Amino acid sequence: MYESYTTDQMRESLKKVEANRAANAAYEPERMTAQQKDDVLMTYHPDYIVSEFEDLKIGPNKGEKVPHQLADLLQANSRIDPAKIDLENPKYDVDVLVIGGGGAGSSAAIEAHEGGADVMIVTKLRIGDANTMMAEGGIQAADKPNDSPCQHYIDAYGGGHFKGKPELVAKLVTEAPDAIKWLNELGVEFDKMPDGTMVTTHGGGTSRKRMHACKDYSGAEIMKTLRDEVLNRQIPVVDFTAAVEIIKDDKGAAAGAVLMNMETGELMVAKAKCVVIATGGAGRLHYQGFPTSNHYGATADGLILAYRAGAKLLYADSLQYHPTGAAFPEQIFGALVTEKVRSLGAKLVNVDGEVFMHPLETRDICASSIIRECKARGKGISTGDGEGVWLDTPMIELKNGEGTIEKRIPAMLRMFMEYGIDIRKEPILVYPTLHYQNGGIDITPDGMSGVENLYVAGEAVGGIHGRNRLMGNSLLDVIVFGRNAGRSVREKFKTVTVGKLTLEHVNDFAKEMKAAGIETDIVSPKLLPDYARKFNG
Amino acid sequence: MENMVNIFLFGKQYSVPASLTIMKAMEYAGYKLVRGCGCRNGFCGACATIYRIKGKQELFTCLACQTQVQDNMYIATLPFFPLIKQVYDINTIPTNQQVMMQLYPEIYACVGCNACTKACTQKLNVMQYIAYAQRGDFAKCAEESFDCVMCGVCSSRCPAGISHPQVGMLARRINGKYLQPKTQHLEDRVKEIHNGDFKEFLDELMAESREEGQAKIMERYNTREIEQ
Repeated sequence: MYESYTTDQMRESLKKVEANRAANAAYEPERMTAQQKDDVLMTYHPDYIVSEFEDLKIGPNKGEKVPHQLADLLQANSRIDPAKIDLENPKYDVDVLVIGGGGAGSSAAIEAHEGGADVMIVTKLRIGDANTMMAEGGIQAADKPNDSPCQHYIDAYGGGHFKGKPELVAKLVTEAPDAIKWLNELGVEFDKMPDGTMVTTHGGGTSRKRMHACKDYSGAEIMKTLRDEVLNRQIPVVDFTAAVEIIKDDKGAAAGAVLMNMETGELMVAKAKCVVIATGGAGRLHYQGFPTSNHYGATADGLILAYRAGAKLLYADSLQYHPTGAAFPEQIFGALVTEKVRSLGAKLVNVDGEVFMHPLETRDICASSIIRECKARGKGISTGDGEGVWLDTPMIELKNGEGTIEKRIPAMLRMFMEYGIDIRKEPILVYPTLHYQNGGIDITPDGMSGVENLYVAGEAVGGIHGRNRLMGNSLLDVIVFGRNAGRSVREKFKTVTVGKLTLEHVNDFAKEMKAAGIETDIVSPKLLPDYARKFNG
Repeated sequence: MENMVNIFLFGKQYSVPASLTIMKAMEYAGYKLVRGCGCRNGFCGACATIYRIKGKQELFTCLACQTQVQDNMYIATLPFFPLIKQVYDINTIPTNQQVMMQLYPEIYACVGCNACTKACTQKLNVMQYIAYAQRGDFAKCAEESFDCVMCGVCSSRCPAGISHPQVGMLARRINGKYLQPKTQHLEDRVKEIHNGDFKEFLDELMAESREEGQAKIMERYNTREIEQ
């Protein structure tokens, strides 16, 4: 026991955690009042650190605040010289071009294909290399008799601090049960009771137990199934190929994209009647120096492409820091520890062995409270590189019986076991990790951005979750809004006649940058983070 | 000075900090990864890797993002493996043994060497789940293969040319769609929604959301009853 926890502070603290465990497990901490929540957010949430943001100087959101790292990419140079792109002889000519091969892109492609559209997917890595694959905890849907889409609406809208777009929130919750049914009928294996009743739990901020799961591989199970279905339908997937600019036509509508082979650098043109951006999030921009739970390609590419094409962003200054990233050991620093660990009964405990908050507050409140516990109250545990608080996982089996952890959260058990920590017997150290882009591209309920025929789905969208997303509403969002975009474009493409292709907007953006006095060496979209150690200066 | 170890990337020697994973060690050595790197958290199977410790016989397999380097580790990544994925229509396939005979008949050529199981980066009992698939016991095959990240290492070691991850995938989809019990409360709720049962109340909530000050919707949220 405790062989991985080597410091005196860790060992002393563990004695207290163990001594208090039974009492802590039985203790039901009070939830915060609205005022207490506001206070902890304003003081400790990274979104409220003014110096980390700057005003955009150009583009549709000129004058609005975004994180420095995003501003640098939104107001950067194109990767291409439009004059050198041959728009007359496109390599691909399709009805629907889907950019991104995650949950939203795959769902959109399947629905578009179902409606008879000639659809293709381009993705800069492989289909399935996406945050969807990594979602652990589950997917919300109000399908139990004591629940309703209205109740789900109140939770999601309130959890997002009353800032979501009502029509998008309503779509999310209304189409949720149908999304579960669709997935189940594609063969996704949800956790069920022998009579078919879904096994559902709470997530932070939910008022009903509506979290559906596939153990703690929920996203992986969904993503693997969607990928299999895309391949069964023989939808072309062009992998290791990034979109680097949206192409428009002379009527100002989106009409394709300039593509780049990630390995050879070859540039290609794809012409399309409708384009769907499903490029996911931005964790790999490491806002404010945070580690991230996101996959390798999460670099906000879709926001850059859309912004340069003239689409407006919404809440691009709002990020989600997942309260429980792994703080220790170093090898998994920042990796996600699913919220389901808390849903199943594990509580957050400080260095003195005290439960310092209700474990199922919303994510932003929970992350802020952990930061406060460490930074302001000095009750964190040092990990060497940083600090963290205990997440007392053995409470899960105290509450639900032996075997629960292996059955319900096998991925967590496996991840820590690699480093000699048995989460059934030993607690783990956690600290917030950059997890989700709450904001993104503004859309109408049919999924279209401010640019005609440019649709968006999944994490690249802003406004569905307001300024804070609830657990299990992202897997839901990629399915609901992915399908939604797919169903919109499969009708829309029939009405589209593409005009003359142009990249003039890229030239215009460069002129706008120059006029605003922006000079930079940065090119965007970023495509991948650069973790290679640098030599030769 | 950090504790360093010598590793060999595709045979070439590098000195790297001992605390790193193989993936981070490659980046420390100066590689900018495009292939062989996906989620970096053990879920996507992009970074299948084979290694051997110098002077030892045994060949090990792992995910580069989940495995710490060791001194004298000879490392080769396997960023792509040509698995065979058969195309089928989930709505019309047989749900018994027959489907495996049609789509993946090579599973019946399994010689029982168990190399797949020994190679699995997820420590799954691969040969056992193939045996379940042979018998048409798809529920058990699904359960045993559930954690598969489809990295393909098992198939790279298989003398019979079986694409194990795709066999498991097919079994899981059959299990999820046809074999697991149906969910009545889900069917009921979808019908209620299509019937418009919640529309009026939802419209009211949306109207409250758009009101100046949002007092009503805030009150609803802050006083909502939370299921225990």
